[in-house]
Amino acid sequence: MIHLEYILIISAIMMFAGVYGFLTRKSTLAILLSIELMLNSTDINFAAFNRMLYPDGHEGYFFALFSIAISAAESAIAIAIMINIYRMLKDISVGKLEKMKW
Amino acid sequence: MDYSQFLYMHEELSLLLVITILFVADLIMCPDKKSGRGVYNTCLPVVLLTLHTVLNLLPCAGDTATSAFGGMYQHTPMMTIVKSVLNVGTLVVFLMAHDWLRREENKVKQGEFYLLTLFTLLGMYFMISAGHFLMFFIGLELASIPLAGLVAFDKLRYESAEAGAKFILLALFSSALLLYGVSLLYGAAGTLYFDEFFSQLRPGLLSVLGMTFFVTGMGFKISLVPFHLWTADTYQGAPTVVTGYLSVVSKGAAAFVLLTVLYKVFALTPLFEAWNHGLFWIIILTITVANLFAIRQKNLKRFMAFSAISQAGYVILPVMGGTAQGMTALVYYLLVYMAANLGAFAVINVVEQRSGKINIDDYDGLYRTNPKLAFLMTLCLFSLAGIPPFAGFFSKFFGFMAAFNAGEHLLVFIALVNTVISLYYYLLIVKAMYIKTSDSPIATFKSDGYTRVALAVCLLGVVLLGIVGTVYNYIDTFSYA
Repeated sequence: MIHLEYILIISAIMMFAGVYGFLTRKSTLAILLSIELMLNSTDINFAAFNRMLYPDGHEGYFFALFSIAISAAESAIAIAIMINIYRMLKDISVGKLEKMKW
Repeated sequence: MDYSQFLYMHEELSLLLVITILFVADLIMCPDKKSGRGVYNTCLPVVLLTLHTVLNLLPCAGDTATSAFGGMYQHTPMMTIVKSVLNVGTLVVFLMAHDWLRREENKVKQGEFYLLTLFTLLGMYFMISAGHFLMFFIGLELASIPLAGLVAFDKLRYESAEAGAKFILLALFSSALLLYGVSLLYGAAGTLYFDEFFSQLRPGLLSVLGMTFFVTGMGFKISLVPFHLWTADTYQGAPTVVTGYLSVVSKGAAAFVLLTVLYKVFALTPLFEAWNHGLFWIIILTITVANLFAIRQKNLKRFMAFSAISQAGYVILPVMGGTAQGMTALVYYLLVYMAANLGAFAVINVVEQRSGKINIDDYDGLYRTNPKLAFLMTLCLFSLAGIPPFAGFFSKFFGFMAAFNAGEHLLVFIALVNTVISLYYYLLIVKAMYIKTSDSPIATFKSDGYTRVALAVCLLGVVLLGIVGTVYNYIDTFSYA
């Protein structure tokens, strides 16, 4: 039996790897991947809590399912916006998105 | 299953009906590219939304607090009031959008604008009425995903796309943080229903951590200060109409919901103290930093963005201490802020559409060429700054009073000092319009009818909401449950 703590540690590492990636990556697509990592870590949390602590209900599983669907929708619109930017700039690195600042 | 409980969500259903009608109307009435004729115009959405607002406000006095679908959906009379406030805000946005949507490049996209906006409104409804974290999350995402599409609506303008990219990336980031918080809260309580949460939560590190992530995620949505960095860029790049919608309707809904959750879910003693303490610093930072940044802005939309961030601090000021008085003050503040801010944005929008000018310097001498617009803008800015005869003064007064009664004397003092600072930068624009002269002022123009109606609604709000004291009392009669 794997203890809950191990799963939580894995998901925390995933979460903060995602945060690190979000803050350091240069390409917006890599940033999007980092965000997916963060979202997936929350799904692991929900499933683990549901299985280990509250096995009577299914709230956690359902939440994970819904959040997967919603994050897919978000990625879709994010990529659509990236494509629009690529058409104008021929580049989607974050360094180029600096017309407006301060 | 008892299907009659669908009737409790009549507000959502009627909005969905409006959306469906507009969707079908878009198919039939959409202007074709060959003839370029557009029969589908601002009229239909405005009429439908007005009907929807009025119908839902009518039976509100007899309404009682109910919940449906096993507690997933909750309804209180106060929520009806907040939803109606959001409706009116959206209505004004539609009215002022007319001038922008009739441009050549936007003609074929008119229908999409209304649909996207109304879907975000629907998301806000669900978010406000949520009784479960899943409902809340879905509502929140429904309110923010189409909004990214709206921000990037000007497909051929680069700033719009950049603003959209910044908005969607930060929205995703904040939802991820918020979800992580919710997952930890689930671990701490074993339930996600708001009602059960309160009793089942085991206070401890896990719940405090979960709450911190949750509040951080919401802080991004409301653009409170440590999490505000996307705001200025997004507001500047987005189409002006959308900026108005973002800064008023979207922010107002998120602020109300954050406070609902704080009251309902995190009311237990150790958590209550934790968020009260955290919010204290967040409010101080929000008001002060945003004020300092607003002073140095040259672009009017960017300026309004920082003004909106600082106003967000004032919006959440009354909730300190968690009293019923604070909730009333918050809703009243939202209403007044909506009138003033949308009025200012309506002026900015119509000037931008007619002259293409958006910098504060461009407004030099506006009084000489367009005296009525300059006068309206002045009233709205005075209301935002909180100068006495206008509604902004009363809303700030009630907000400060609620926070003061809750014992937050230092916070109220700092907020008062900041009000004086904000007066300085609001007056900079007034000075540009009235005192400065310009070699190439904005030419005199006549605004279209829809914009005039929008401006009239905002003017009425700015002038009357404060003087007619019954408005505050009316909101106060709805117990917050």
